[in-house]
Amino acid sequence: MSNWQWFHRLGSPRWFYYKTEGWVPWLAAVSGILLVLGTVWGLAFAPPDYQQGNSYRIIYLHVPAAFLALIGYYVMAVAGAVGMIWRMKMAFVVMKSAAPIGAALTFLSLVTGAIWGKPTWGTWWEWDARITSMLILLFLYLGIMALQAAFQSRDAADKASALLALIGTVNIPIIYKSVDWWHTLHQPATLKLTSAPTIHSSMLYPLLTMILAFYIFYALVLILYTRAEILRREGRTQWVIDLVKEEAKKP
Amino acid sequence: MPDALAAQTPRPVFAAFLATLRRDLLLAVRLPGDMANPLVFYLIAITLIPLSLGPEREVLAPLAPGVLWVMALLATLLSLDGLFRSDFDDGSLEQLLISPQLLYFSVLAKVLAHWLVTGLPVTLLAPVLGMMLALPSEGYWALCLSLLLGTACMSLVGAMGAALTVSLRRGGLLLSLIVMPLYIPILIFGADVVQNAVLGDPIRFQLAVLGAFVTLAVALAPLAVAGALRISVDAT
Repeated sequence: MSNWQWFHRLGSPRWFYYKTEGWVPWLAAVSGILLVLGTVWGLAFAPPDYQQGNSYRIIYLHVPAAFLALIGYYVMAVAGAVGMIWRMKMAFVVMKSAAPIGAALTFLSLVTGAIWGKPTWGTWWEWDARITSMLILLFLYLGIMALQAAFQSRDAADKASALLALIGTVNIPIIYKSVDWWHTLHQPATLKLTSAPTIHSSMLYPLLTMILAFYIFYALVLILYTRAEILRREGRTQWVIDLVKEEAKKP
Repeated sequence: MPDALAAQTPRPVFAAFLATLRRDLLLAVRLPGDMANPLVFYLIAITLIPLSLGPEREVLAPLAPGVLWVMALLATLLSLDGLFRSDFDDGSLEQLLISPQLLYFSVLAKVLAHWLVTGLPVTLLAPVLGMMLALPSEGYWALCLSLLLGTACMSLVGAMGAALTVSLRRGGLLLSLIVMPLYIPILIFGADVVQNAVLGDPIRFQLAVLGAFVTLAVALAPLAVAGALRISVDAT
């Protein structure tokens, strides 16, 4: 049974708040170092692409953002499912925190994609299958955030948005397959994603660094959002009141 | 214990299903205005197309399949808000939730009734509007068939959104916001059926996919609707 103790403890907002307090500076330091390292390496030291020159360098932002945007949806949906199944209030807090982060990353990947598209394809926007899918993912995120914000009752808001996230999870593969099929049907002949089947290691290593940095950065932001949300929700409990008093005493 | 259970055995599933269906259809017939609204919306929205793009047949004909489908989607979407609204307001939704019947079948009956008074009329009106948009005559059957499957699927998927937003005072716009992304696959395949039929290409694959969507939605959507209704009723 003791193996499951961490799981039960995780259900306590107070435990989570104090446990993660020590993690934040470490995560911030590691993600900061990796982000600077990956950015400088990717933007200044990686060789230019023989076809796209320097414009390809935006992948060091674009690819990690798109990665985490997709994974973020599943983080959110799994947290929602855990909340629905085990009635765990911490899971709903994580779910609510994951939505705006995921939406922001999706938006970032769309914007960097557009900026990359202009020099590469000659257009800001192209109805490419992947771009369209990312746009629909953004709509799903926005719908969940809007539903969460619309309810007066927090309990209902949590459950309703968790259910919508789960409905979205069933639909995402269907939407992706449909958009893929739709795209191959309407494939414009002139434009094509520059196919780089193999990427040279001198470009790959900074990219992997950036992906790792984004993962840690995502964890950091999720924890920060979750901690803020915990304080908001537990504002009337004694431990939060004590915490605020303690903070107020500090010079 | 088995005796106690037997004493409160619910009525046969099918009878409950029929009773819910009859009640909802009767309500719809008593308020024919509600039934006509999606059709009038469809008609007016289609009228806007030639007014904005020009009345030339060469302009309208290539756009007709997509426009007819998008407008049918919007007409269905706008009718969804009323699906559980009146039942929620007068408390009969709570009665439905605490009744010993399987909620799955009650929900299915309600969605079927909704489809019979919105999706089906929209499907039947579509060829007339197709004529107004100069849709080539090869497209008429394809339009009807694709909308027949597509509106059924949209009623089922939309019911999830309607159930999630029923307790919200201004849920209408939010409902559209959360349901529309889920409609995208239906729209893609539905509009393609009509497009292909006009071009003389086979449409069996797309119709089969739409049929698969309906099957999947019949199996899963009422469960999600039931869960969403419980959340919404608890919220008040």
